[in-house]
Amino acid sequence: MMTILDSSVLPGIGQGPAARPVRLSVNNLNVGFSHHGTVRPVVRNVSFNLEEGQCVAIVGESGSGKSVTARTLVGLTGQHAVVDAGGIRLGDDDLTALSPKRWRSIRGRRIGFILQDALVSLDPLRPVGKEIEEALTLHGWGDRASRKRKVLDLLASVGVPAPRNRARQRPDELSGGLRQRALIASAIALDPEIVIADEPTTALDVTVQAQVLLLLEDMKRRGTSILLISHDLSVVAHLADQILVMSGGEVVEQGTAHSILTDPQHPYTQGLINAVPSRDTRGSRLAPAREVAPVHTAAHANDDHAGFDGPVLEATGLVKHFTAPDGSRTAAVNDVSFSLGRGETLGIVGESGSGKSTTARIALALENADAGTVRLLGQDWSAIPETRRRRLRKQISVVYQDPLSSFDPRWNTERILLDSLPAGAFATAAQRRERVLALLAQVGLPDSVLHRFPLQLSGGQRQRVAIARALAPSPSIVVLDEAVSALDVSIQAQILDLLVDLQRQFGLSYLFISHDLGVISHMSDRVLVMKDGFVVESGTADQIFTAPAHPYTKELLGALPTLDENHSVSVSPAASVPPATEGSAP
Amino acid sequence: MTRTLSSRPADAATAARRPILSPRVRRIVEKLVAAAVVLWGAATAAFLAQIALPGDRATTILNVRSGQTQLRTPEELASINAEYGLQNPILVQYLDYVGGLLRGDLGVSYQQHRPVWGIISEQVGATLTLTAVTLVLAWVLMIFWVTLTAGRGTKIRALGSGVDTVTAGLPPYWLGILLLLVFALGLGWFPVIGGTGVDGIVLPALTLAIPLAGFMGQATRTEFERSLTAPFIITARMRGMSDLNIRLRHVLRHAILPAVTLSGWAIGATISGAVIVESLFTRPGIGSVLITAVDSQDLPVVTGVVVLVAATYVVANLLVDLAYTVIDPRMRNS
Repeated sequence: MMTILDSSVLPGIGQGPAARPVRLSVNNLNVGFSHHGTVRPVVRNVSFNLEEGQCVAIVGESGSGKSVTARTLVGLTGQHAVVDAGGIRLGDDDLTALSPKRWRSIRGRRIGFILQDALVSLDPLRPVGKEIEEALTLHGWGDRASRKRKVLDLLASVGVPAPRNRARQRPDELSGGLRQRALIASAIALDPEIVIADEPTTALDVTVQAQVLLLLEDMKRRGTSILLISHDLSVVAHLADQILVMSGGEVVEQGTAHSILTDPQHPYTQGLINAVPSRDTRGSRLAPAREVAPVHTAAHANDDHAGFDGPVLEATGLVKHFTAPDGSRTAAVNDVSFSLGRGETLGIVGESGSGKSTTARIALALENADAGTVRLLGQDWSAIPETRRRRLRKQISVVYQDPLSSFDPRWNTERILLDSLPAGAFATAAQRRERVLALLAQVGLPDSVLHRFPLQLSGGQRQRVAIARALAPSPSIVVLDEAVSALDVSIQAQILDLLVDLQRQFGLSYLFISHDLGVISHMSDRVLVMKDGFVVESGTADQIFTAPAHPYTKELLGALPTLDENHSVSVSPAASVPPATEGSAP
Repeated sequence: MTRTLSSRPADAATAARRPILSPRVRRIVEKLVAAAVVLWGAATAAFLAQIALPGDRATTILNVRSGQTQLRTPEELASINAEYGLQNPILVQYLDYVGGLLRGDLGVSYQQHRPVWGIISEQVGATLTLTAVTLVLAWVLMIFWVTLTAGRGTKIRALGSGVDTVTAGLPPYWLGILLLLVFALGLGWFPVIGGTGVDGIVLPALTLAIPLAGFMGQATRTEFERSLTAPFIITARMRGMSDLNIRLRHVLRHAILPAVTLSGWAIGATISGAVIVESLFTRPGIGSVLITAVDSQDLPVVTGVVVLVAATYVVANLLVDLAYTVIDPRMRNS
């Protein structure tokens, strides 16, 4: 039996990995799901050791088995799971044969678990303080009064200002950063020796992500062992000591963070590293080339506007107000102007609530601005009634973040694409079908997806269908509103490559909206940085990313995680300690 | 060229133009106005029904009182017309009627020749007690059954929702007789004739509560199973919470909103449903008053009951709205 060394008697924790006790050891873990008697394996032969004050990261795409692995370690794999392991040991305890009661005493007390986005990972009907207190109550910690005090201490320790007020607020009343901190506070309430963080920063803005990563780093420094699960290598790069790369349920590569990041051996790992978009990747491909020949089709010529050489889209002084639930009016978009040239990509970057999506909706004339005008191909666009806009509608189309919600779930791909063809453009059914097949080829999809329904397509395939639908009317401009934000890094890389190819092939202009600076810097010729409805900075991509002038742009760039393991994300003082007014209830 | 915009005060984007009433107060005022409109509509409909009935009303009143159907002399009718104000134009009668309602005066019974409010208030207590007990029983049954069976294995789930569907469809009349036969006549656990005692209310309340529990259960079960898979439930499990605790402390609160809505409707429906149950179990209550009044064409009493039921609906739905914001505080702002 192994003895656990008391960390306080260890001579210097940073001495070397060999001196640290192993807190969690996983040996040859196999997990499958049984369905009608047959077992479908989802995790095969995973082994690793997690030492005190160390971070092990499991990186892989959705469906790679990384989350199943994490949940198995707290005994919550699911009803139909078949777990078979050579051994899972938490300190002296064998986790392979525990009663439900024993499991409950370990969860929350010895292993803390952090899920993504606290908006849905904390009970939306209860104040966050109650959720944190629950973790203490469940394990019989202290009495009522001391628990209340402990909750405030915990909130303060994760950097939540004015904890007394915040503890009484619900997740929807707190900003993204504050509620994620509250979620972390509930996971570490009993100071567990191990914290498992499953995509803890996915769906968060980049500055919030940086705050969360710094918090995890701080916990690690104080001796907590962290198991970090992510699809994004750049998120784990500077935090992880060991990295496991998983694909299809298997560990394809495993080693120290340094060796994985600087000298990846497996092609899959290499692909993951190359897939991370950044300023340095501009003009190069992110994903390995796919076997799709460029398809040339005459149907995409915009004959009637081919001669026009001014800006294809021009917005001047856009203003849009919204009425908040409490009756006050807020400017979501404030004096925003931009122009988009033919074949150009204009990136609009900003965090949630910055007004970038509202700007996109005004550009698409789906929303009327309170002031300002939009001109499309040199013609009136925002100022004319919808009936007169229809003639120009086919010149501008849009791809959203989640195509699933913009597809009719009862329509198959063929019907979705047929429906998107401009009325009267193709005389016969044969011509329409030919056009649909050409569109599929352009977005690199096989003909076999024609008869599949949106739910039967993978996330990447769905986004390709959404792009094909946007291309169907042969537009001059495509608005991409967070079009790759919901995708895993490797799928995102393929879609970004596709978008670059299509732009070259058809001379498309992109209005590219994203919260992700890496993606924006990879794609954009020129960039607008938005905050609270204002454009705080605009310029060419090189200017913005090499010589940012506005403090907010600098803050965004500092928060961006990169593959450089020595680069630690930075958070400006203003962001690391949010002002007391942030997230207060209206 | 790089253009920048200097930092600005945080409140510049927020134009301070607040409405006079806070949204919350305005919502409450709107609800009260709507409630008043509903009550006025129900009262007016009841009044118009009286007017629309065939035959001379004074003759009807005399016949109801004497229990005989015969032609009346003008002298007899004149005194009745004077007593009930029937000689006035309809608009004046209507205004008198509405004015009486505002003062809490529901009119005078044709048959018993005394204020309707007196007749109703003697009986309404028993019915409201039955309604309250029914509602509580239905909630207890529903929560117990849903918590026990929702989100379990395939077979238990099928059993759970199967029982919901079957009980929701049970006719109260048939169910009441069945309960009487088994528990009162067969086992002798409860009295056959209800009365107002504690043990007398169990079977009548169950008769109404079982179908209601099934009905609410169907609505709750869907939400319950949806909530069970929510990420915040996983978080609670990761904290070391037991399954039963999760169901009771987290999931239920999310799942009961549809049942709360149904309860508002059920309070009104139970008062109507009481007609059958009260006669079946020979309980006193508003049901027997209504049956007697309808039989004898005692219209002021019928009208009074209609207005009372409408008022109960209105109050119940105001309570439901209130319960909503207590259960889901997010609704206060939306």
